[in-house]
Amino acid sequence: MAESHSPMEQFEIKTWIPIQIGDFNASFTNSSAFMILAVIAATALMVFAVRPRAGVPGRWQLLAELCYQFIAKMVSDNIGKEGRPYFPFIFTIFVFVLFGNFIGMLPYSFTFTSHIAVTLTMALVIFVLVTVIAFIKHGFHFFSFFLPAGVPIVLSPLMIAIEVISYFTRPLSLSIRLFANMMAGHTLLKVVGGFVVPLGIFGVVPVAGLVAVTGLEFLIAFLQAYIFTILTCIYINDAINLH
Amino acid sequence: MSEDKNPPVPEEEIKEDFDTRLRHARGLGGEPNQSGAVLPEDGKGKAMRIGTELISAVAVGGVIGFVIDTWLETKPWFLIGFLLLGNTAGLWNIYRISNSQGYTVGFGRGNRSENHEENRDNTKGD
Repeated sequence: MAESHSPMEQFEIKTWIPIQIGDFNASFTNSSAFMILAVIAATALMVFAVRPRAGVPGRWQLLAELCYQFIAKMVSDNIGKEGRPYFPFIFTIFVFVLFGNFIGMLPYSFTFTSHIAVTLTMALVIFVLVTVIAFIKHGFHFFSFFLPAGVPIVLSPLMIAIEVISYFTRPLSLSIRLFANMMAGHTLLKVVGGFVVPLGIFGVVPVAGLVAVTGLEFLIAFLQAYIFTILTCIYINDAINLH
Repeated sequence: MSEDKNPPVPEEEIKEDFDTRLRHARGLGGEPNQSGAVLPEDGKGKAMRIGTELISAVAVGGVIGFVIDTWLETKPWFLIGFLLLGNTAGLWNIYRISNSQGYTVGFGRGNRSENHEENRDNTKGD
């Protein structure tokens, strides 16, 4: 191959504007650029699409309203009335992840959700927030979370250890799920794409595969944003309605 | 507008009433659930979760064990123990997910999940 394109090359972080604060590397990278792009795109959709305030919404307004209602229903189904104050937070997470995933589907773009540094940071923010909410709402009663009712005393040390581990699993599984799905999907696209030209006329086969996989990727982009958000809802619900 | 015809009603009450009507209108009906999570979840969402659940539980167990080991200099006993515990926790989580007991920690909600099943059937009928 004349130019060796690694399928992992697309995930490379490129520094655009180097910024060094002390020992801390705060450079503006392609990742940051696409995060800003996602935020701008989401804000634009929400602000300009709803601008006409039409009784019968146009296409863009409908899109924004569907988005809003989707999350509003998710919050009211999973948390209930007490979930209202957390709606902005949940909605922001959903839109940010969704736009990150979808912008990543554009050619030559960068998928910031395919980096565990990004997803783990978001998951840790959620995790800390949920734990703080639980402590504020329930005080030390929060620890009853780790000892389910009806467990024999003999088993309780084991159960507590298991429950504590499974509690700390939350941020990790939340972040790994999103990052792994996005990275695997994009790598797969690149790998299959790499077969097209060398196969000559038979390249039609991988192209057909690519079309299918791209469709699947769009599904996964949405599904992962959905799962990330619904798990956030569920964790917040756990914190509010402890037992 | 309505002040002309009706006696003044406290604003809270109007809002409350409006919320209920709005909920009914949207077919969300009734009070939202207060206990564990109910969600009409499809198989895809579940399948996506299960793999990572197991891996991350083992990883968390391993990290906790490793930290305790380095702290108490008891290599490798805590690492082994917590890896096993992590494994158990992962399998336990998967068991809970596959039993539709929700995503929650603890299994006090197991009994309630039967009610959820009923609710879910009811909503399906609608």
